[in-house]
Amino acid sequence: MFQAILFYMFAAVLVGAALGVVFSRNPVHAVMFLVLAFFQSACLWLMAEAEFLAIVLVLVYVGAVMVLFLFVVMMLDIKVEEVQRGLTRYAPLAIAVALLMTFELIQLIWMRNQGEGSATGFAPYPEGYSNTESLGSVLYTEHVYAFEIAAVVLLLAIVAAITLTMRKRPGLKVQNIAKQVAVRAKDRIRVVKMDAEKKQ
Amino acid sequence: MIGLQHYLTLSAMLFVLSIAGIVINRRNLILLLMCIELMLLSVNFNFIAFSRHLGDDTGQVFVFFILTVAAAEAAIGLAILVVLFRNRRSINVQELNTMKG
Amino acid sequence: MLNYYLTIVLAPLAASVVAGLFGKQIGRAASHWITILAVGLSFALSMIVLKAFVIDGMQAENISVYTWAVTDGLRMEVGFLVDRLTALMMAVVTFVSFMVHIYTIGYMHDDPGYQRFFSYISLFTFSMLMLVMSNNFLQLFFGWEAVGLVSYLLIGFWYKRESAIFANLKAFIVNRVGDFGFILGIAAVVMFAGSLDYAEVFSKSNEIAAQEIVILGDTPWNAMTVVCILLFIGAMGKSAQAPLHVWLPDSMEGPTPISALIHAATMVTAGIFMVARMSPLFELSETALAVVLIIGAITAFFMGLLGIVQNDIKRVVAYSTLSQLGYMTVALGASAYSAAIFHLMTHAFFKALLFLAAGSVIIAMHHEQDIRKMGGVRKYMPITYWTALIGSLALIGFPGSAGFFSKDLLIEAIHESHWEGQGAVYWIAYLSVLLGVFVTALYSFRMFFLVFHGEERMDAETKSHLHETPWVVTVPLILLAIPSAIIGWYTVEPVLFGPFFDNALYETERHDVIARMAADWHGSAGLVTHAFQTPIFWLAAAGVLTAWFLYLKRPDIPDTIQQKATGLYNLLVNKYYMDDLYIKGFASWGRSFGNFLWRKGDELVIDGVLVNGTANAVGRLAGVLRQIQTGYLYTYAFAMIIGLTMLLSWLIWFR
Repeated sequence: MFQAILFYMFAAVLVGAALGVVFSRNPVHAVMFLVLAFFQSACLWLMAEAEFLAIVLVLVYVGAVMVLFLFVVMMLDIKVEEVQRGLTRYAPLAIAVALLMTFELIQLIWMRNQGEGSATGFAPYPEGYSNTESLGSVLYTEHVYAFEIAAVVLLLAIVAAITLTMRKRPGLKVQNIAKQVAVRAKDRIRVVKMDAEKKQ
Repeated sequence: MIGLQHYLTLSAMLFVLSIAGIVINRRNLILLLMCIELMLLSVNFNFIAFSRHLGDDTGQVFVFFILTVAAAEAAIGLAILVVLFRNRRSINVQELNTMKG
Repeated sequence: MLNYYLTIVLAPLAASVVAGLFGKQIGRAASHWITILAVGLSFALSMIVLKAFVIDGMQAENISVYTWAVTDGLRMEVGFLVDRLTALMMAVVTFVSFMVHIYTIGYMHDDPGYQRFFSYISLFTFSMLMLVMSNNFLQLFFGWEAVGLVSYLLIGFWYKRESAIFANLKAFIVNRVGDFGFILGIAAVVMFAGSLDYAEVFSKSNEIAAQEIVILGDTPWNAMTVVCILLFIGAMGKSAQAPLHVWLPDSMEGPTPISALIHAATMVTAGIFMVARMSPLFELSETALAVVLIIGAITAFFMGLLGIVQNDIKRVVAYSTLSQLGYMTVALGASAYSAAIFHLMTHAFFKALLFLAAGSVIIAMHHEQDIRKMGGVRKYMPITYWTALIGSLALIGFPGSAGFFSKDLLIEAIHESHWEGQGAVYWIAYLSVLLGVFVTALYSFRMFFLVFHGEERMDAETKSHLHETPWVVTVPLILLAIPSAIIGWYTVEPVLFGPFFDNALYETERHDVIARMAADWHGSAGLVTHAFQTPIFWLAAAGVLTAWFLYLKRPDIPDTIQQKATGLYNLLVNKYYMDDLYIKGFASWGRSFGNFLWRKGDELVIDGVLVNGTANAVGRLAGVLRQIQTGYLYTYAFAMIIGLTMLLSWLIWFR
């Protein structure tokens, strides 16, 4: 019972945060709402006994990705517009599609498996189960190849992001290390022979 | 009891909301990216719920990878966004119609 | 014998390929040597084959060499049917071709297209042999079209001349008209007999004759009549029978050896040969025979008349050829197939001779062809004179010459062929051929006198160079003059009255005119002595005398006649206005129709509507559809979402 109350509470905040993301006018607020949504999600994942992923979500997403978002939002000088013009024009269609989809999803989730007894709880894990341990034992054995590819994907993302955003500014003073190392004495000094000057 | 269907319903709501966000939002490219993050989150919810329901940790491995890819996607997406802003001084979605036929 | 047959056919083909494709590399002399040797080989082997049939009494052979395709029970084969008819044709074709090859060395001596010419005439020999040796309709058609192609190439041999191009196009198109009938005839044969093989078709001839077909309206036609008339239309095109004769005089634009080989001796007789070969079919349709008879009679008489007013030496001979082909056709129509083939053979010799003699004169006159600018050539060119005299006498049927036997008996056969239900057709035919004898004598000796006798009308420059032509020209003349003079005497009895064509040609008893004539047959000498009692001889003599009187004795009279009878003269000079009818009528109508199809059909409908129209329609549709491509991210996202929704709907409700 207590669990159910907790679930509904988190879920309600999560949905509210999502609404905030979608409808807030100020992008900074939207990011903050998204952070909230991730927190609520982490809590719900904890309730589903996916502790490792919940912690990862908070550490990686909220700690890194969301900060990145916030950073970009604040760095770019984005004007806050008063009215979302497109909203009024397309809202009916969008709402209709959203409602249709919600209806269909709910039907899919609730109506299809009536026979199995709706809303049974999750079966409890056996004694001494460790989510992190069992995840690790699968990740580093069965999925080690995919794991390594994930590492490469991250590396790629780093390289790509840097390549995209780096630019050469004209007039920027930089050292060319290779040239400095390769320099020789005679390139720099020229010995000039001069006759002694006559007395005037 | 809170079970699979509750989680799935919550995930569906998140998903529909984020879709609505993509369609409704006409101004800000960053908001689009955030809605995509939200959508991925709802997918992750599904994975975790099913993984818990079936007692199979592979689902959670998938979530792990999705998080990885989503982080990479966010990084590159934001990088593109920055470049875009630098070139056009704007990230207004309504001004981005180079692909107009 | 199969190896012989294959060699006879393939040697000229191989020589043609070598001379045609490698002519530049092997040079002029090698080109003529290789083709002459190949055709000489064919000739020698043909003589062996002829000997085997005539002397050793070999039976007809029907050999299938190669099955090209079998479709729906219809076998398409390459094969040889060699009987006495074929053997005779092979001998004639290869002999004349051989002579013409040799003659060409002299005639084409300075021509830049020397190797090409030899390649063509060897190819022609191959095609003609394929035609006559065929044992099925398909191969016949192949040979038929192949000789037509070579004829086209050779008429337009001097392709830089406007008139040559016109003439070869004309020959090709007029022949297409005939070939259209011919291929329809072959199709009708396949339809009624279900086979292309001669033997099978002939064995079913009675079945074909028993069937009927409705073509237009409700009148049922006898199937055999339809088949035969369609096949004969093909023969009309190739053998230049009225009204499809117009191409032959124009074909004289080609080099003279070609006129001799193709347009006098061999190719134009293909139609005659074909009808004779199909005698088992034609015999069963008296309607078709009557058509053949009347067409032949018209050609024989009216084309001969045209020869009187021509001034081009080759055109005179060309109209004479038309007239003689008409004679052969008349004989076919009278069921005297052997007489037709006999005349074909003698005609091949003396007409080739006349053409080559004309060519010899043309060489000596530096390619001047107008007989008004000749005259008195006799003393400069004795060999040509005497051979031409032999040829002309043979042509008019002087007693004892080759042409005498064939023509005399041919006319006699027509006289005999008076069977029931023929009516006026018989009299038209008989009178035409009788009067034709007079006309033949008139135009041949008009030309002969104008060229070889009388005053010398050529200019001084030409006269100073006038001399006899080299041996490569005169030797073929002499070699052709010999058979022209004597071959009739020796061959008339076995060919016409002996058992020579017993198995090759077929006559029903009712039509067997030759057998009726055989009762009065008293040997060659008898016929010659009898000749002076027949109207034929006196008509020919009258023709020669008229020619002598008009063109040597009183040369002013023809001009007077020309001035008095302008209408008749114009009619003849304009060839009965047939060319005008075709060119201004059918051809211009065809051209404007073609123009209409080009402008409206091709450019407007196909290009405008179908091709460009499709492209424009796609373009316009794309112009509408591209409005969907707004370039805005959310539009694409929304499209994806709609798709997703539809997928979900299908998953939930419709699966």
